[in-house]
Amino acid sequence: MAMTLEEFTKKSEGIRRNFRKGQTKPAEIVVGMGTCGVAAGAQDVYDTLINEIKRLDLAVTVTPVGCIGMCEQETLVDVVREGQGRVTYGRMTPEKMKRVLQEHVIGGRVVEDLVVGNLEGDEEQPYPGLDFYRKQKRWVLNKCGFLDPEKMEEYLGYGGYQGLVKALSEMTPEQVIEEVKKSGLRGRGGAGFPTGTKWEFARKSPGNKKYIICNADEGDPGAYMDRSVLEGDPHAVIEGMIIGAYAIGANEGYIYVRAEYPLAVHRLEIAIKQAEEWGLLGDRILGTEFGFHLHIKQGAGAFVCGEETALMASIEGERGMPRTRPPFPAQKGLWGKPSNINNVETFANIPLIIRNGGAWYASVGTEKSKGTKVFALTGKIANTGLVEVPMGITMREIIYDIGGGIKDGKRFKAVQIGGPSGGCLPESLLDTPIDYDSLTQAGAIMGSGGLVVLDEETCMVDLARFFMSFAASESCGKCTPCREGTKRMLEILTKITEGKAVMEDLDKLEHLALVVKDASLCGLGQTAPNPVLTTLRYFHHEYEAHISEKKCPAGVCQSLIKYQVIPEKCTACGKCQRACPVGAITGKGREIRFIEIDRCIKCGACYAACPFDAIAKV
Amino acid sequence: MSGHDNTEAKSRGIEDILTGYQGRPGALIPVLQETQEVFGYLSRENMEKIAGALHIPFSKVYGVATFYAQFHLKPRGRNIIRVCLGTACHVRGGEKILDAVSKELNIKPGETTKDLQFTLERVACLGACGLAPTLMVNNETHGRMKPENVPALIQNYRGRDREETAVH
Repeated sequence: MAMTLEEFTKKSEGIRRNFRKGQTKPAEIVVGMGTCGVAAGAQDVYDTLINEIKRLDLAVTVTPVGCIGMCEQETLVDVVREGQGRVTYGRMTPEKMKRVLQEHVIGGRVVEDLVVGNLEGDEEQPYPGLDFYRKQKRWVLNKCGFLDPEKMEEYLGYGGYQGLVKALSEMTPEQVIEEVKKSGLRGRGGAGFPTGTKWEFARKSPGNKKYIICNADEGDPGAYMDRSVLEGDPHAVIEGMIIGAYAIGANEGYIYVRAEYPLAVHRLEIAIKQAEEWGLLGDRILGTEFGFHLHIKQGAGAFVCGEETALMASIEGERGMPRTRPPFPAQKGLWGKPSNINNVETFANIPLIIRNGGAWYASVGTEKSKGTKVFALTGKIANTGLVEVPMGITMREIIYDIGGGIKDGKRFKAVQIGGPSGGCLPESLLDTPIDYDSLTQAGAIMGSGGLVVLDEETCMVDLARFFMSFAASESCGKCTPCREGTKRMLEILTKITEGKAVMEDLDKLEHLALVVKDASLCGLGQTAPNPVLTTLRYFHHEYEAHISEKKCPAGVCQSLIKYQVIPEKCTACGKCQRACPVGAITGKGREIRFIEIDRCIKCGACYAACPFDAIAKV
Repeated sequence: MSGHDNTEAKSRGIEDILTGYQGRPGALIPVLQETQEVFGYLSRENMEKIAGALHIPFSKVYGVATFYAQFHLKPRGRNIIRVCLGTACHVRGGEKILDAVSKELNIKPGETTKDLQFTLERVACLGACGLAPTLMVNNETHGRMKPENVPALIQNYRGRDREETAVH
C-alpha cells in the first residue's frame, strides 16, 4: 500500500469525511479495554455483550477503546444512541451490561442508577458535568477512550498522521526543531530538559547513522501514564517518533517498553505493522527520500534502565548500567552512534505541536513550563484516575477539585510526587503550582507523573523506608555512593521503624542522603535520597516520635504498635477471636475479649474483623 | 510449557531460537527472553549453548541473566502470580494480599509450589495503580483485590497454565 504524500493525504481525507458515519444507528457501544478496565473485569463485560448481541440479533456497533481516565469507575461502558447523546455507565458487570442492553439500547430508557455522566463535551474535556474533568485539559490523552487503538482508520479519522504529512511536505528538519523549540516542550520523563534543544544537539552531531529511542520503561511505582497512552493511542507515539527521526536525521529507532505491560506491547506491535503497511515506516516514507525503521525492545525488569545511558546498554544486550557523561547520547549513544531518547508522553505531544504550531502549544502553561502534563492520581484519594492538566495548576486543585479529596473522610497528610526520585509535600505546600522549577524548589521533582495521595494512616517514615528499599534493590551497583549509600540509609530507616534508633541516627541519615545525592553517577542515585530528605524536612516530628517516644503516630510500624480491646465498645460477639490466626484472643461467651500481647503477631486480622471499632492500635 | 521433561524437544528448541539471532547485534537479551518463554527458566546448559552460539563468554551471559529481574535460573510454576507492591498498592494494603497468597499456596515470595503449579513473586509496580491493590496472574491483571478473595482467584487458575492466558 505504498503511497505518495498526495495519495496518502487524499485517502486520509476521505476517511475523515466518512468517519463513523452511521455507526450510531441504531446504537454504538464503547467499552474501556485498557489494562485497568480489564483488571476490573472489562473482558467479561465485553464477552457478555458480544454474546447477547448475537443472541438477540441486534445491529449495534461495539468499539473497544483505551482508558478515558476514570479508573475509580472501571469497568466503563458508553452507550451512544441517536438523539440521546453518549451516556457513560460505571462499575459495570456482566449482569449490569445485560440490563443496560435491554433497557437502554433496546428500550431507549437510560438506566439512571448506573450512570456516571453524560459525555457531552469534546475530547479535550469530555464530561463538562463531572468535577473530575472540569479542570482537565486533555491534549495528549485526547483520543484515549475515544478511538479503537487497534485500527489505523480510527487514528486517521481523528486527524492522525497530519502532523507527519505537514512535516514531510512543508518543513525542513530544522524547521521542525524550531517549532518544537518554540512550543517550549520539556522532557516529560521527569528531568524536564527542553526537547527542541535536545533534538538540535542530535541533529548537529556528525554521523550518517543516528538512532531515536522512545523510553517506555515506566518503572516508577505509582505511575501508569505512559502505559495508558501506549494502550489507548499507540499511533500518536509512533507519529511523534517518525517526526523526531526526520528532524534529527535518524533512520532507525527503538521503543524500549516494560515487559510488565503486555497489552501495550501487543498494541504497539499491531500499530507498527499497520504503519509499515501504509508506507509510514520503512524506506522512502510516503514517496520521499526519508526512511525510518522502528523496532520494539522489551525491558527485562530493571528500574535503572529508565536512565538513558543504561537503557541504551540494555538495548545493546548488556547489563543495564549507566555510563559517565560526557560523551552525551547525542554525541555517542547507542552502539556509539548519535542518539536521542525521549519519553512516551513527550513523543505523543509532537504531532499536536507540528499540526497546531509551537505558539499554540506555548499559549498554555507557565513561563518556563508549557503545555499540559498527565498525572496518575492514586493512593488515598476519592477519584483515582489518569488526569491531564495545564501546567501551573496547583496541587490543591488536582487533589480536591479533580480528585474529590481524601477517601473515606480521612485527613490529608501528604502527596508523593515523582516516585522513588521525588518527594513528599505537606499540606502547607498544596498551593505550589505544578511546574518543573517550583517542584524542584520544594525538594520534589516533576517526575514522570505519579501522584500518590497519603492520608493520616500513612506513616512517613515507613514510606521513606519503602522507597529506600526500592532504590537499594534497584541500584545497579556500578558506583559506590548509590550501591552502599542506599543500603546504609535503608538500615537506618529500618532501625527507626523498629524503634531501635537514637537521635544521632537522624543526622547520620541526612548526611548520608546528601552525599549520595551529590556523588552518585546517574539519576537513580542522585534522586534516591529525595523521599528521605523531604520527609525529614516536612515530617521531622514523625521521625522524632518513632525515636524518642517509640511510637508510630500513624499506627503502621508493627514493632511500635499494640492491639487492645476497648472494653466499653466490645459486645463479645467473638468475631475477632475467630479471625485471630494464632489464638491470642481470650474470653468466652459474653465475656469481654482480651488480646494477649505475648502471643499476638500484630497481623491486624482482629482489627479488620471487628464490626464495632472495639479494637484499637496503640 | 515448563515443568514437563522432554529433553530432546528442548534441545531442538534452543537451536531453533538461536538460528534466528546469530550475528545480530544486541541479541543476548531477546535470546534469553525467548529461551525463558519456551523453557520457563534459564538452565546452565542452555546459557552455555547461548554463549557458544553468540560467541560471548559464559560469564557475560550469566551476568546479564542475573542482572535483570525478569530472568530466572530455577524452574518456575505453570502459573506466575505477581503481587504488586508499588506505592499505591503499598499504601492500600498490598502486603496483606501478598500474605494471603503466600498463605494460600504455602510458599514464600520467590518460591514455586512443589507441584510446579504456581510461582509467587513480588513486583514493584504493575501500572494499574487506580485499582490498587492489584496482582497479576500470568498476563492477566486483577484489581481491587481483597485478602478474602485470594483463595477463589487461585482456584480459578489451578490446572491452567500461562499459555492459555496470554494476551491476544
